Amino acid sequence: MAAVIRFDALSKTYSSGDVEVHAVREVSFEVQPGEFVAIMGASGSGKSTMMNILGCLDQPTRGRYLLDDIDVSQLGRDALADIRNQKIGFVFQGFNLLSRTSALENVELPLMYARTQQSAKALHARALTALETVGLGKRAGHHPNQLSGGQQQRVAIARALVNEPALLLADEPTGNLDSRTSIEIMDTFQTLNDRGMTIVMVTHEHDIALFTKRNVVMRDGVIVSDILVPKRSVARDELARLEPAPVP
Amino acid sequence: MKLAATLRIAVRALRRNKMRSVLTMLGIIIGVGAVIAIVGLTSGAQAQVQAQISSLGKNMILIFSGSTTSSGVRTGWGAAGTLKIEDAEAIEREVPGVVGVSPEIRSTAQVAAGNQNWTTQLLGEGPDYFEMRQWALAGGAIFTDQEVRAASKVAVIGRTTATQLFGSADPVGQMIRVKNVPFLITGLLKPKGMSLMGSDQDDVLIVPYTTAMKRLTGDVKLRGINVQGASDEALPRAQQQITALLRQRHRIAAGMDDDFTVRGQQEIAEMASATAKILTSLLGAVAGVSLLVGGIGIMNIMLVSVTERTREIGIRLAVGAHGRDILLQFLIEAVTLSAVGGVLGILLGLGTSEILARTAGWPTHVPVMAVVVSFCFSGVIGVVFGLYPAWKAASLDPIDALRYE
Ligand SMILES: Nc1ncnc2c1ncn2[C@@H]1O[C@H](COP(=O)(O)OP(=O)(O)O)[C@@H](O)[C@H]1O
Ligand SMILES: [Mg+2]
Repeated sequence: MAAVIRFDALSKTYSSGDVEVHAVREVSFEVQPGEFVAIMGASGSGKSTMMNILGCLDQPTRGRYLLDDIDVSQLGRDALADIRNQKIGFVFQGFNLLSRTSALENVELPLMYARTQQSAKALHARALTALETVGLGKRAGHHPNQLSGGQQQRVAIARALVNEPALLLADEPTGNLDSRTSIEIMDTFQTLNDRGMTIVMVTHEHDIALFTKRNVVMRDGVIVSDILVPKRSVARDELARLEPAPVP
Repeated sequence: MKLAATLRIAVRALRRNKMRSVLTMLGIIIGVGAVIAIVGLTSGAQAQVQAQISSLGKNMILIFSGSTTSSGVRTGWGAAGTLKIEDAEAIEREVPGVVGVSPEIRSTAQVAAGNQNWTTQLLGEGPDYFEMRQWALAGGAIFTDQEVRAASKVAVIGRTTATQLFGSADPVGQMIRVKNVPFLITGLLKPKGMSLMGSDQDDVLIVPYTTAMKRLTGDVKLRGINVQGASDEALPRAQQQITALLRQRHRIAAGMDDDFTVRGQQEIAEMASATAKILTSLLGAVAGVSLLVGGIGIMNIMLVSVTERTREIGIRLAVGAHGRDILLQFLIEAVTLSAVGGVLGILLGLGTSEILARTAGWPTHVPVMAVVVSFCFSGVIGVVFGLYPAWKAASLDPIDALRYE
């Protein structure tokens, strides 16, 4: 099977004034369909830089990035926007939801920029389905400031899923959440992965990384270890072991 | 993205900052309001001027004693008294294309009927006067050539004067005294309304010019001569010939100024509206500047808005918005601002001109075209001044925009 993601000696150099920061150096790396990868490493090791390139939000300085065998480095602004819209779901550490806009409308956003025309009713229905997938069907009308951090991140995940992308990318999705909520998010990710979705996420927490299938560790812009997780944690079991959740 | 959805986003963004949006619109509101009010005033005034031009008469040439500069109406017209009855007779005899001539005497006089007194405008005219001024009778008859030759004590009375002296009773056949001279009223004029100068044309008593000279004012010279041309086209040539004839009769050497003034009907009207036109262009310039300032205000606020919403733009780009979608979103926001401002301005302008019409008795009329043009123009302002901020928003880099604090 062809790789979903292939980096060929990919580098990213930031130059601010005279100083050059080599955030990612000649990284080569592949992700196959159905994988669930955690990218780990200390702060400043280049994880976010790599995720932004993976998510077609940023372009590499050198090297090639093949997404589904398409050389993304060659594409223009609008083509990249269409890839972000159709092929990739991106979840940010800081949620990045539109404030003073309902959860439903936040989730509808990628649908509105989809190049296929749909009726407003169809958009609502699809967005609502995505919200129900992450267990927030009843909160559709709430604004982000009326939701907890975990709920906001669920809205962000629903937004990432609404166009049914094959690839889900998440940069420290649990970074701003308490441990119980973090495990709930991992439960959602494991469920999605079980259904066949390829997931790449960044985390610096080891216990969170244990919910994935493969751990890639970065240091100073290079990959220093790449191993399969020997004894995977199952989020559902962990949740059951914890005290019962407070009534939402 | 669909236009309706984009419009909804724009309206919501504007409602979020209601006060700011309204203040931003203020420039456009005042500008468009001023334009509409000015158009209302001038169109109304123009309609009135048109009515007054036609109330002046038909194909008229007015000749006054004394010279004036070409720049405007002089109150001293007729004061010099250089025109004689013989001049009028010569014009009638010698200038082709002239169909009517009426020598004119003008003064104010106290008139009395029974125990009623009234001070009115006294005109001495010839019988042609009524035809050339298109002034029909409501009752009775005008005086005849014979009565002019005989300097008969007959008069045609204006509606205002008649009302003052006789109330609602029919004045025709009644006697009145003018400076204690008894006159028989032969005719009652139909009302004509306000003159170009704003005076009541119906406050008048018209007698044969011979009678006025001999029995009332003692004048030997005329204030002026009213001439009617056969047609509109005949007027300029007739004016030239009258000027040449009068210069010859008054023995004015070449290079010397005329001692009389000849004006066509249209010229009189143009002079009367010249001041109004200057005022209009001045106010128009003020309105234009106001619209420009309004546009700059919109640009300013849109730039602020783009900066404030950099993260929002980043999010939209991250989930697949094209630059064009962002451009359209901010452009529609700017156009919504200016168009809503335009609508409010139109309402303000209509209201202002309506209030002026009611309170000042100033005739106003706002043509539908002016409303349509103002609305479109305010929309164009939104596009012009919204384009740069929208372009700035659209060309943001997604990752930079997302990082923006
Ligand atoms: N926009 C930028 N401009 C300059 N340097 C940057 C920028 N973004 C990241 N860096 C630098 O690149 C390196 C990697 O950063 P990042 O990918 O954010 O690391 P991580 O996500 O692993 O903490 C760091 O040294 C950071 O300072
Ligand atoms: Mg990071």
